Amino acid sequence: MNYSWDWFVFFRQSVTGEGYYWQMLLRGLGWTVLLSLCSWVLALGIGTVAGVARTVPNRTARIVSGVYVHCFRNTPLLVQLFIWYFVVPELLPASWGDAIKQMNPLWNQFLTVLVALTLYSAAKAAEQVRAGIESVPRGQVHAAMALGLRAAALYRHVILPQAFRIVLPPMTSDFLNVFKNSAVALTIGLMELTGESRQLSEFSSQPFEAFVAATVIYMVVTYAVILLMRHIESRSRVPGLLGA
Amino acid sequence: MEYSFDWGTLARGWPYLAQGMAMTLFLVAVAMVAGILLGTLLAIARVFGPKPVQVATAGYVNLFRSVPLILTIFWFYFLLPPVLRMATGDPNLTVGGIYSAIAAFTLAESAYYCEIMRAGIGSVRNGQMHAALALGLTRWSALRYVVLPQAFRNMTPSLINQTVALLKDTSLVYVISLNDFLGAATRLAQRDGRLVEMYLFVAAVYLGLCSLGVWLVNFLQKRRTQAGVRSFS
Repeated sequence: MNYSWDWFVFFRQSVTGEGYYWQMLLRGLGWTVLLSLCSWVLALGIGTVAGVARTVPNRTARIVSGVYVHCFRNTPLLVQLFIWYFVVPELLPASWGDAIKQMNPLWNQFLTVLVALTLYSAAKAAEQVRAGIESVPRGQVHAAMALGLRAAALYRHVILPQAFRIVLPPMTSDFLNVFKNSAVALTIGLMELTGESRQLSEFSSQPFEAFVAATVIYMVVTYAVILLMRHIESRSRVPGLLGA
Repeated sequence: MEYSFDWGTLARGWPYLAQGMAMTLFLVAVAMVAGILLGTLLAIARVFGPKPVQVATAGYVNLFRSVPLILTIFWFYFLLPPVLRMATGDPNLTVGGIYSAIAAFTLAESAYYCEIMRAGIGSVRNGQMHAALALGLTRWSALRYVVLPQAFRNMTPSLINQTVALLKDTSLVYVISLNDFLGAATRLAQRDGRLVEMYLFVAAVYLGLCSLGVWLVNFLQKRRTQAGVRSFS
């Protein structure tokens, strides 16, 4: 049995009339990038709040954020996605649930994946932020308090600016995880890059070209992000710290 | 909240769920053992090998770490059978989904375990290797009896964390319709029309299992700090 390679498959029309095959991949990449960027921005915000909440003196805030981080880090993303997609609409008041089910399916899928991916990634980001906050020397906190800074100003002007610069390198790999994790969207029917490449392989019967193309696209984007972040890291390094 | 819960489907379906859980744990065990073995070999090759071998292992690790696991599963599910058919010349050869999943997880996890073991080898002081060589050990036995035991010890928490991540990731075999814990639960839930109860139960079970791993890591780290050893994870 011989496989006939055909790299020009991408310039052929899809059998289902969705345009050229390369357009399918491009559309998939668009969804992947849109999803991962949106959820990463939201996750950074929520993760910062949750990470700060784990370090404040208030006991309730610490417990609530601790439970959130533990639960969302220790269940599979796919299970969380199914809970947001199949379970939550049933448990909401009937009118809300119906409104969700009557939404444009594409919006419904996109928003569901966005919520799931954001909250999953925010729990991870919260851990990084907490680690960054804890790595700021205690002396700085005491010095700031001695200077008369209140809690909000202490975090805003002393702790967080340093914490963010310290956790930037691990944050890069976290972002790349969001980028890769966005592939779970295909399980509820949102055709991002991995989903489109599987469809392409089925429609065109050229599975090798389809999956190789998707792999190359993922690697190129990953490498581009790494290069960009390396540049930002070198600009934002905290002077006097080894490798931070 | 007007939803009326009915947990009976769990009580009736538990043998099927247990089968699914067995499949999940089997996948985790195989991918963990094979992944750590292969990952350690890769790490040794990447740290001590000649330059071309270092570049090749780095390429392997970066390839598997930069694509989504779902795509890796698809590679082995859709591309492995035609490759094997071409290699063996047997046009009727098929590869079961379970073997595709094992191959995908073993190779992908070995890339992650490789990075952990590389950090582990890096955490052992240079002098240990020099001392072992000075005592007349060969390079291989110096690795085997001096460097690797310390690397494993230092990296145990990270290895457990990665295995917890692996447990969560095995749920992705859903995309090739394998009957793991999530797959079995989905089938049962769809048959009985009880998605709500089933997915909440599944989440609770995964949460419990992963919490065990997290607890173990915390326990090990606490014991190490008490013993006055610097923790490396």
